Amino acid sequence: MNKLQLFFASRKSWTLPYLIFSVIFVIIPLLLIVVYAFTDDGGHLTLDNFRKFFDHPEAMNTFIYSIGIAILTTIGCILLGYPAAWILSRSKSSYSKTIIMLFILPMWVNILVRTLATVALFDFFQLPLGEGALIFGMIYNFIPFMIYPIYNTLQKMDSSYIEAAQDLGANSYQVFWKVVFPLSMPGIVSGIMMVFMPTISTFAIAELLTMNNIKLFGTTIQENINNSLWNYGAALSLIMLFLIAATSLFSSDEKSETEKGGGLW
Amino acid sequence: MQTYLWVLLLLLYAPIAIIIIYSFTESKVLGNWTGFSLKLYGSLLNTNAHHSLMNACINTVAIAVIAATVSTLLGSIAAIGIFNLKARNRKAMGFVNTIPILNGDIITGISLFLLFVSLGITQGFTTVVLAHITFCTPYVVLSVLPRLKQMNPNLYEAALDLGATPMQALWKVIIPEIRPGMISGFILALTISIDDFAVTVFTIGNQGLETLSTYIYADARKGGLTPELRPLSAIIFIVILVTLIVLNLRTDKKKQLQSQKTK
Repeated sequence: MNKLQLFFASRKSWTLPYLIFSVIFVIIPLLLIVVYAFTDDGGHLTLDNFRKFFDHPEAMNTFIYSIGIAILTTIGCILLGYPAAWILSRSKSSYSKTIIMLFILPMWVNILVRTLATVALFDFFQLPLGEGALIFGMIYNFIPFMIYPIYNTLQKMDSSYIEAAQDLGANSYQVFWKVVFPLSMPGIVSGIMMVFMPTISTFAIAELLTMNNIKLFGTTIQENINNSLWNYGAALSLIMLFLIAATSLFSSDEKSETEKGGGLW
Repeated sequence: MQTYLWVLLLLLYAPIAIIIIYSFTESKVLGNWTGFSLKLYGSLLNTNAHHSLMNACINTVAIAVIAATVSTLLGSIAAIGIFNLKARNRKAMGFVNTIPILNGDIITGISLFLLFVSLGITQGFTTVVLAHITFCTPYVVLSVLPRLKQMNPNLYEAALDLGATPMQALWKVIIPEIRPGMISGFILALTISIDDFAVTVFTIGNQGLETLSTYIYADARKGGLTPELRPLSAIIFIVILVTLIVLNLRTDKKKQLQSQKTK
């Protein structure tokens, strides 16, 4: 048998269909973003798209503002989600599985319908729509993605670590900050990845929650693509890709230390 | 401590409760109670009146089922392949696999939009399905891979030693081992496909095709929500809720039976 035949006889070759699929539908499209970002309408090389971004305070401001909102949303999700994940991880597994299910269930109602219902909720309690509603809505949409990975790491954690720390005289405050929290770091990092970037890139939701008063970066990109400004839209996408790459590098650094814990899903 | 969980759940479910409550009133605007009525349910089921909404609904389900099925097959085959790769290639493939997850839907949507535009492909049903397969498959791979890792590697070899062909060994040994991963991957794919909005918007083209998401988006931009969306969301939610409860009860029963047997 020659090498080629051997390759097709082994199960390694089973990667091939997906590899080809990924090249066509993942890698080439990403390269196209780069190509479009660095060219103009006529296909000539140019840096104008990026110059436009840095010269126009509007797009720039939206970008920075979106990062701010995303940071607040992420912090909110950690503060509210961590205790929930902790309580769940200490409960009986059949019970916590049901509760986890209940946290994920609302995702089956279309995200836009949920958002409009949140607006109705604010109207009902006569709360003003604006930044507060925006952050509430974002936390509401993304908190399941924070709870689940943290719960996973906490649940897998060996409880003898906690007992050992207690035996060695640590008080409950010390046990949490010196043992539990560091060990749950991979889950938190996964959670941050699942919350931070999606918050920046969502579009339509922010507009609905603030009566069109606040716009996030995702909307800026979408508007440009919609108005056939593909090259500028691609440049904005590329800027976001850099941010994604930066955050995922940070998270893979954190994760490689404790490979086994956490995990996205 | 448990109360905290329930308060959080109460908050999460408040908007959904509002949708369900207001599906029983005729009012055009969500949040305006004009007395109990089942009229919205009637007009939702009367397909002539809300033809486009029902069409959007059917498209959403069709896209989700096709995309989830294809990505479950593609992803499971890929997972078996990736599992058998050497460490370095496995890492590389694992990275390629996470790209669509990390990118988020808007980048995936725009990149695919640019691909279809560059190739001169008219966007419609097929392009949406292809796009959904693109972002669903990674989740299938991630749910199947752990199953392969947990599998006893000698099982496959044993099957071969006992005279099974590689094909038989696959069907009788590997597939049953990874089936739970395939099923959860399929359900996950179905869920994210139905909930997707951003990728669909960029790949749906302008041939008049609508999914539930794009329908609602167009609706919301006009300033309101078609009142029939309330009963529709309520029905979808209740159906899923009941399915999950039934599934949960069944697995609980199975576990009980198993534990009785071992005793």
